[in-house]
Amino acid sequence: MAEMPTEDLKHTPLYERHVTAGGRIVPFGGYALPVQYPTGIMTEHKWTRDNAGLFDVSHMGPSFLTLNTPSGDAEADHAAIAAIIEPLICGDIAGLKPGQIRYTLLLNDKGGALDDLMVARSKTPGTLFIVVNAGTKEGDFARIAAAAGDKATLKRADDNALLALQGPEAVNVMAALVPPAADLGFMQFGEFDWNGTPVTISRSGYTGEDGFEILAPAHMSIALWDELLVDPRVKPIGLGARDSLRLEAGLPLYGHDLDETVSPIEADLGFAVSKRRREAADFPGAQRILAERDGKLTRKRVGLLVEGAPAREGAEILDASGNAIGTVTSGGFAPSLGKAIALGFVPPEHTAIGTKLQVSVRGRSQPAEVVPTPFVPHRYFRKAV
Amino acid sequence: MTTKFTPDHEYIRVEGSTGIVGITPYAQEQLGDIVFVELPAVGKALKKGDEAAVVESVKAASEIYAPVTGTIVEVNSLLTNEPGLVNTDSEGAGWMFKIAISDASELDTLLDADGYAELTL
Repeated sequence: MAEMPTEDLKHTPLYERHVTAGGRIVPFGGYALPVQYPTGIMTEHKWTRDNAGLFDVSHMGPSFLTLNTPSGDAEADHAAIAAIIEPLICGDIAGLKPGQIRYTLLLNDKGGALDDLMVARSKTPGTLFIVVNAGTKEGDFARIAAAAGDKATLKRADDNALLALQGPEAVNVMAALVPPAADLGFMQFGEFDWNGTPVTISRSGYTGEDGFEILAPAHMSIALWDELLVDPRVKPIGLGARDSLRLEAGLPLYGHDLDETVSPIEADLGFAVSKRRREAADFPGAQRILAERDGKLTRKRVGLLVEGAPAREGAEILDASGNAIGTVTSGGFAPSLGKAIALGFVPPEHTAIGTKLQVSVRGRSQPAEVVPTPFVPHRYFRKAV
Repeated sequence: MTTKFTPDHEYIRVEGSTGIVGITPYAQEQLGDIVFVELPAVGKALKKGDEAAVVESVKAASEIYAPVTGTIVEVNSLLTNEPGLVNTDSEGAGWMFKIAISDASELDTLLDADGYAELTL
């Protein structure tokens, strides 16, 4: 994204903490955030894979969508609130159990992704917890509020702090901080009490590791941040490692691997098009998306293991004989693998695992091979709902 | 033996008619963990300011420019397997290439240690 003058950038409630900790502050999604702390991206990345990393993701867009006149019947109220959001997305929200989170996509009429987001069913009947991306939140919130009309109210919570605690030790840290939250399974959330402060905690994240995301009131966020960092297993992690971790986990980044032209099928996110919605064909761009699902597509996202220099966003992908066939949308060095990896789009005939391709870096072709994603196995803690 | 600096944070340590080129401790600190170094071909002729090498950190690629006009006579092949030497010993084992200096008077246009130190205050 374009650089913005630093004075126009928004600060999260934890900004002073990042500066004090020696964080190198950069513009991201309209916010001033640390790309790294003094130890550097490589160390932060590995710390998260081995211990627990603490991320300030308060730039994101958490919100609650609540029915204006609930009937008092929990199932009927959930069906009513689900019916408001479902026409905008491809996920089955009606089918969520209380406390369950679903990853889904906000789509335009052509089936292109306006955003990827989390939609969760609250235990409070007629309420959804929705988290969207920083760069798209104004548009997303306007779209959801318009769909809600006078039936429901969208309450933004992006003036709160959102912290992500990620890594194999995250659950042990959580067990000491908010013990009942440690019982959540992957993609479950709930309302909890931390020292008298209400917090919303979900077992989710963007690193491929087990972990949690904690929504807390801004005025308590520094106390929460500090308390988490007292634990020797926890270190603060910047946006640089957040990006290398999510890339290794094969997770798309909106604005790079996803945009308004990319469909869920092209992005290899077919799992996000729920079965019920597919069968009803009742989501935006259903005609295109269902046809693509049946094999009528021109490009698909793949993972590439790159030999030599990292192939960055924008690098051309070539077939074995040197014909340009696609473009890298995210690429870099994978600290856990010690190799360069990339995500990019190529025609379906080049997507088979093991296909030998090439990437063009500074005018030179380097070997690249189609490999399965995630590049580094996910280590989520799954549990029956 | 003289060491001169460019405003782009390269150093050139002059030994006779050859210059040993790398990046300054300040530059490696700014770039962060170096994960890949692309070196020029031995024998390549470069003009002052030409792109000579590329260093890649986890996040981004950065060009290294020739501080003076000349011909590449040697490259530090250790960096192929150990790019992190640029971080740990940028002025020693992390040097990048040696260049046969075509015109020694170009060295006078570069910064001395004090001038460079002022730049990075």
